[in-house]
Amino acid sequence: MNTPSDTGLQAKLAEHAYRIRRFALRMGEVQGQGYVGQALGYADVLAVAYCHAMQLRPDDPQWEGRDRFLLSHGHYAIAFYAALIEAGIIPEDELDTYGSDDSRLPMSGMATYTPGMEISGGSLGQGLPIAVGMALGLRLKGNPAFVYNSMSDGELDEGSTWEAAMGAAHHGLGNLICLVDINNQQADGPSSKVMGFEPLADKWASFGWHVQRVDGNDLSAVIAAFDTARALTEAKPRVILFDTLMGKGVPFLEAREKNHFIRVDPPEWQQALDILDHAQGAAR
Amino acid sequence: MSTAATKKPRLTTSAMIASIASEGQRTIAAPFGKALVTLAEQRPEIVGLTADLAKYTDLHLFGQAFPERFFQMGMAEQLLMAAAGGMAKEGFMPFATTYAVFGTRRAFDFVHQVIAEENLNVKLCCALPGLTTGYGPSHQAAEDLALVRAIPGMTVIDPCDALDIEQAVPAIAAHNGPVYMRLLRGNVPLLLDEYDYKFELGKAKLLRGGNDVLLISSGIMTMRSLEVANALAADQVDVAVLHVPTIKPLDTATILAEASRSGRLVVVAENHTTVGGLGEAVATALLTAGVSPQFRQIALPDAFLDAGALPTLHDRYGISTDAMTQTIKTWLA
Ligand SMILES: Cc1ncc(C[n+]2csc(CCOP(=O)(O)OP(=O)(O)O)c2C)c(N)n1
Ligand SMILES: [Mg+2]
Repeated sequence: MNTPSDTGLQAKLAEHAYRIRRFALRMGEVQGQGYVGQALGYADVLAVAYCHAMQLRPDDPQWEGRDRFLLSHGHYAIAFYAALIEAGIIPEDELDTYGSDDSRLPMSGMATYTPGMEISGGSLGQGLPIAVGMALGLRLKGNPAFVYNSMSDGELDEGSTWEAAMGAAHHGLGNLICLVDINNQQADGPSSKVMGFEPLADKWASFGWHVQRVDGNDLSAVIAAFDTARALTEAKPRVILFDTLMGKGVPFLEAREKNHFIRVDPPEWQQALDILDHAQGAAR
Repeated sequence: MSTAATKKPRLTTSAMIASIASEGQRTIAAPFGKALVTLAEQRPEIVGLTADLAKYTDLHLFGQAFPERFFQMGMAEQLLMAAAGGMAKEGFMPFATTYAVFGTRRAFDFVHQVIAEENLNVKLCCALPGLTTGYGPSHQAAEDLALVRAIPGMTVIDPCDALDIEQAVPAIAAHNGPVYMRLLRGNVPLLLDEYDYKFELGKAKLLRGGNDVLLISSGIMTMRSLEVANALAADQVDVAVLHVPTIKPLDTATILAEASRSGRLVVVAENHTTVGGLGEAVATALLTAGVSPQFRQIALPDAFLDAGALPTLHDRYGISTDAMTQTIKTWLA
């Protein structure tokens, strides 16, 4: 049962998630194509991370006390920039430059280009090992911040992910939270066909992690999972496995044949925005 | 309110897979995939392996034709290379595909130790070589040739166009030992059919003669060099183009013979950093033989390259046809 304050929080985060989806679609329109399905699917997780769970100062993205968020799956930059805009870290009018020459918002996320981007992801499978080092460093400095490593299900294929999983547990990194977007999609097709990774929760648990697996498009479940991961006192790393639906919120994109990189026809961008606006209007 | 219509014109944009064809150029779709399928019909020992990039390396055609000989290794490049080595040890001839950055940088020790050290018969075919994507350093393999050249016994191929690839596939299969081939995928330019040209492993080929400048190039830079030669002909500058599709072992004899002809400016043009690629290989060969023409290098800078649209970046780093033409004019002035 939701308490009234839970309902209020959920409504607030639904509004943030709606705006993140909108920003991502507008960036997609600049390029006419892109990782839009992923952005729509992951928007709820990003909304909870950036507008509820994380400690940050929008006007000082390098603030020493900030929670670190590592975008290991650099191609999700379109989703991430949308969250940075929503969090007030980058100005909204910059989204028109997405993926364009000399923009601060390149198609693949890079630390050297964008305020609030902690690492250059994109060579997939590097985020979690970096997160292990940052978590060790924070602990050594006595800094209580969390390190969030955000990754895709394709990155579960890389050996480096499991090297880091073992290392994080070995070092008892209670300040490390790993977020995995399980959208069952990779470059060559559904993840389950490319390289099966189930039973996934059991794998992480056997590596010594605290594991939660939730519907990544159910806001109340996502909020609860973040809250639980943060509140735990055990000295072990935490992973949240989010099952998400690519294209979430835009039925014709949800229904479209699943693809890593999608083209959207020019009139469809506006149709998609209209659908989001209509649904959010009704929810309000 | 629609966004695009009401706002300022779009800046040039960058997608992962950008075309390297010049405007109006003839292209052939998936020459690598097609050539491999044709060859594999005669050679049952050929197997195909990829790391979640079959569709992006044209290996999906092989997978469709020979599903039982196609192995999806997931996005795990170290597994890809080591497993290819393992299959080679059991007598198969693996063609392993991924992007050049991941086949070299991510999996380097596996290529070096598992494949090369035992001289295993693995063909690494790696897409997005050099600067052929605007995605920034994570996807730009500006130093792939330097890395694989440094591996003993590795044969290194940098084909120019669809014809080169089509002929290189059977040629590298006929060679027993590890090969790294830079892969052009998707709609690949076709131009070498207009020349009296045939791919031969280990051979450099003079595509056109000329008395003022000798352009030595490999890969897509040969396409550019031929365009530069046409552009400079209009200014009465006579440019020869020597195509070097095999980077290692280098056809030193042909290179020395051409570079020894006195009075020509020798320019090496490569889609690679100035460090460790064709330019340095040619320079070493020339100096070692005591041949010292006026020598220049057109190559990517020794720097982490920008993200952006491919044409913008090729201009910025001096490897577009226009930029090359201007640079050579300056050198001749
Ligand atoms: C180390 C590495 N190998 C290969 C690639 C090429 N690549 C880019 S995205 C991708 C698919 C990976 O799966 P996932 O991130 O789950 O895909 P999505 O859900 O975005 O479709 C691949 C193979 C890469 N970027 N990095
Ligand atoms: Mg995925």
